[in-house]
This record gives sequence, structure tokens and C-alpha cells, in this order.
Amino acid sequence: MATKTKAKPIGSMQMTKQMYQQQASKYQPKRNVMLNCFRAFWVGGTICLLGQALQNMYIHFFGFTEKTASNPTVATLIFISVLLTGLGIYDNIGQYAGAGSAVPVTGFANSIASAAIEHRSEGFVLGVGGNMFKLAGSVIVFGVVAAFLAGIIKSVLKMIF
Amino acid sequence: MDSKKQTARISRQTWHFAEDVRVQASAVSVGPKEGEGPLASYFDQIHDDVYVGQQTWEDAERKLMENAVTILLQKASIAEKDVDVILAGDLLNQNITTNFTAEKLAIPLMGMYGACSTSMLTLATAAALVNAGYAQKAIAACSSHNATAERQYRYPTEYGGQKPPSAQWTVTGAGAGLVGIGGEGPRITYATMGKVTDMGIKDPFDMGSAMAPAAVSTIHSHFQDTGRTPEDYDLIVTGDLAAVGYPIVKELMRAQGYAMEDMYNDCGLMIYYPEQEVFAGGSGCASSAVVTYSYIMDQLNRGLLKRVLVCATGALLSPISYQQGNSIPCIAHAVAFEGGI
Amino acid sequence: MEYVIAFAVGGLICVIGQLLLDVGKLTPAHVMSTLVVSGVVLDFFGIYDKLIDFAGAGATVPITSFGHSLYHGAISEAQTHGLIGVVTGIFEVTSAGISAAIAFGFLASLVFKPKG
Repeated sequence: MATKTKAKPIGSMQMTKQMYQQQASKYQPKRNVMLNCFRAFWVGGTICLLGQALQNMYIHFFGFTEKTASNPTVATLIFISVLLTGLGIYDNIGQYAGAGSAVPVTGFANSIASAAIEHRSEGFVLGVGGNMFKLAGSVIVFGVVAAFLAGIIKSVLKMIF
Repeated sequence: MDSKKQTARISRQTWHFAEDVRVQASAVSVGPKEGEGPLASYFDQIHDDVYVGQQTWEDAERKLMENAVTILLQKASIAEKDVDVILAGDLLNQNITTNFTAEKLAIPLMGMYGACSTSMLTLATAAALVNAGYAQKAIAACSSHNATAERQYRYPTEYGGQKPPSAQWTVTGAGAGLVGIGGEGPRITYATMGKVTDMGIKDPFDMGSAMAPAAVSTIHSHFQDTGRTPEDYDLIVTGDLAAVGYPIVKELMRAQGYAMEDMYNDCGLMIYYPEQEVFAGGSGCASSAVVTYSYIMDQLNRGLLKRVLVCATGALLSPISYQQGNSIPCIAHAVAFEGGI
Repeated sequence: MEYVIAFAVGGLICVIGQLLLDVGKLTPAHVMSTLVVSGVVLDFFGIYDKLIDFAGAGATVPITSFGHSLYHGAISEAQTHGLIGVVTGIFEVTSAGISAAIAFGFLASLVFKPKG
């Protein structure tokens, strides 16, 4: 506790960390939250729109059912995302759209592809293989752990009731 | 003997160079983005390929440092073997850029790490060695590369994560200065070595706020120790505080009675045009090195600037220290130059 | 009409992500992890299936659906094979997504170089 409130010298002034951070925060460039949300909305929406179109295409032309069509749909979106990542375009889209390109499954694919491409210089085994999940790893880990716990809880509840 | 020691160590942090220590030559090699910035005409070499013709980003950075030193030696009309020591550093783990480049140059190496403050850390130390007679000719050099810094400290370069407006753009480039006694070139008169300062900023996408206190601490010590004020300088620059850290320094220095107004600028703001989409501005070892060893040396040589203080600022974090919840400790080292003499 | 709903719902989920980034000041990895777990939780309470019926790709494309698929796989296996099904079934439904991402990502590393 003492370390948080203890004043430190900056030149001839004595300031606590809190005091400094308050002063510094005045100069933080304000994020344009409205604009970012708008961009995230339309880019994310468009990607989902594309997904919907792909899904319908797979149902009507390739004989998939409502249930099974999401598989090739997701695979196609991932393919497009990996391609755009490799071509060096996805990072620009990402800076513009923020969550709009990160939240759809395309963002997941981009995190894996960008890490794989980046670390190829360290070889395929340690570089590509070892670093591929640098960013996506936490998504997979937390998804699996959450599903595991939720699955156990639901199954146990079913057994009891 | 005692009086000489007195003029060498002015105070705990500030050194005075009584001998005629000069930056006899300087050279800078940069990447394409820097070559499109406002200082392009001052750079010795601009590459149009961010890979600098190499296979990996790390090799590209090494080539930049090697080129900077090679051009420097050409400009000074000397060979590698005429240089007693090279003091150099970069941002990468274990200073690999410096290590591999020094091996190629076959000059005795003193590798140093100061993050983005390395330019002045190495230059001040080189000046001290030359002043005291431990080296006749010393080179101070450093480098940084946008891609190597991104992939080590932040994200893979093709990752689509959105950066906030306080983020900075690591400068791709290398700068080198040749330090010796006499000859032509700006005199190095004083150096103030900084102490690590940490005011609890934790966000690696907001280095400006983290580093500003270190800059204030060092610049303030410099003024106190030398008895100088901001008006004694034609130009005072910080290394890479950029749009967020620059106003913080101005405010804190003004509050302490050292108002730095027209003469104060920041290399991270000088090296790029705002239209180049560099968020808050430039950062990296090369930010201060590239501006100092090209533009500032040129202005001093031509007598357009008489007295300049360069305060390079560094953020001493690692990816692990940040992930473990630590804040970002920072440091700043300043060197004073006298030109047109 | 289904296109409009897919666009709107997908866009809204992305807006939630953007607010977590800008207002919550979370990193992208934290935001994704939060959304994936949300998908699990919503499916636990039976809400996510309804959302998919309503919004189609607007609910299956965002990363939240990944959490939903993981949980779905676990539960459907558990229904047929008992408690052990929770572990054997987790990756069943999401296999397409993960396999595609790994395979294409690896192929990309063969073909592409990072451009900085």
C-alpha cells in the first residue's frame, strides 16, 4: 500500500504514481469509440453476410443441410482470411475495422496464419509449429476449458434431476 | 590531477568533456517509410525495400547497422582497423543485431542496452572513453527495425489487431557516429546519465506516458548540474516521446521553472509526416539516432544550430515483465553538443 | 431478410467486441477469450441455439459460435456416452474450423512471407 502512495521525484517535483498518471491521462489521445463501433459493425456485419451467402450456396448447390453447411462455410471464410493475411491485406483491414475483423472466425484464422507466416524464419518445426498458436492459443484453451466445465456441470445436473 | 577529475565529473549524473571530443563524422541508413518523411534529404542511404535485400527481418536490421557504419567509415576516410572500439546496441533480445554486425566489422565491441535511449548511452560512453584516452577513435551506433520490434514485443506483422492512437511506429534504420579528439565536427561538451524512473504506467501501447518522467528527470538534472537553462540551447530534443509524451514533458518542465517552448522538439515527431499513419509518432533506437546523426549533425556543422541537447528516452520492459503485470521502467540519457566551431 | 438479420446480429456482436477493446481497454486476445467463453455460457442456458435459428450466419460466424460448438460437441457426446463424452466430444463439431485454420495457416507459411 505504501508504495502506491509514496511520492517519487521527477526532477524537483515529488509525485505519487497516481498523481502522475492523472496528469498524463490528460494527454491520452481520445479513441473515437463511436467511429470504431460503426466500422466494427459494418465490417463485421458484412463478413457475416458473406457467411450467410456462402451457407446458402452450400445448401442449394452442394447438397449440404442447414446443420452441416456451417462446416464448409467456416472453412471457406478461413481460407479467404488466410489468403488476405498472406497477401498483407488483413492487417490493414484489422486496423480499420478493429473488432469487426477480429471477432468473426476470420480473425481467429488471421491470428494463426499471421503467426505461422511470421515465424517461418525460425524453421517449420520450432518456428511455424511452435508459434502458430501464439495468439489463438488462449481462445482455444479458454473455449475448451469453459466447454469442459460447463459440460460436466450440465451432465451432473442431468444425472441428479 | 584533482582539478581534471573535477571537470570530468560535474555531479553524480553529469560528465564534462574537457578535451576536444568531437563527432568527427556520422552516417544514417534507413528504410522506405523514413525515406518518405520530412528529413529524407539528410539521410545518407534510403532503402526502398524494408527487407533490405535480406531473407529475414533480423538480417535486414543487421544490414542497416552494417551499412551505417560502412558509410561512416567512408565519410571519415578511415578503415575498420583504425577504430578502437564500437559501442552499440539495439532492441532485440541479447542485442543480436549488434553482435553479428560487430563480428563482420571486426571492431572490438562494447554491446550496450538502453532500449530507445541506446543512441545517447553509447555516444556518451564513447565520448568518455575518448576524453580519458582509452580510445582514440570510437564508434557509437544503434539500430531498430519496425518488423523485428513488432514481432518481439507485440504481434506478428500480419496480425489484424487494432492499435490504439497512443501507439508508436518503430523507426526502421541505423545511425552511427565517429568520436575522436580534434578535427571537424560538433563538440560533445556534456553528458547526463539517467536513473531508471517508473511512474507506474503499464500499457506497452503508451510508451510516451511511461518515458516522459525519465526525460524530465534527466533534463532537469542536466540543467541543475550544468547551471544551464533551456534558453542556452537552440534545440532540445527527446528521442521518442511522440505526441503523447511530448506535451507531458513540456508541462512538467514548465512546472519546475524550466519552460521548454520553441526550442523543444521530439525526434519521434520530426521523423515522420502525420499523414504517414504512424499513430503517435516514431519510436525505437533509430528514432533519436537517425535524427541526431543526420539532421542535427548537419545543422550543427553548418552553424545553423549552435548548441543542442539530445535526450534519448528508453522503455526498459520485456514481454515477460509486462505479462507478469509489471509497470514499465524507463530511462533517459542526454548529450550536449556545441556546433559551428 | 435473413441477410439483413445476419448482417445486423453479426455486426452487433462485433460492436460488443469493439467496446471491450475501446472502453474496457482489453487486448484482442482477452476480448476473444471473453467472447468464446460467452458462447459457451449462452449455449449452457440454451440461448445460443435460438440465436442461430434467428440470425443464421450472424451467429455462426463470430467467434462466440466457436464456444457454442465446443459445448455442443461435449454435450451431445455426453448424452450418448455418459460423462466421458464431455471430453471425447469437445472438438467434434468445431473440427472444420480448427483443422482448416491449422492446415491453411501452415500452407500459407510455405507460400507467403510477412510484408511488415
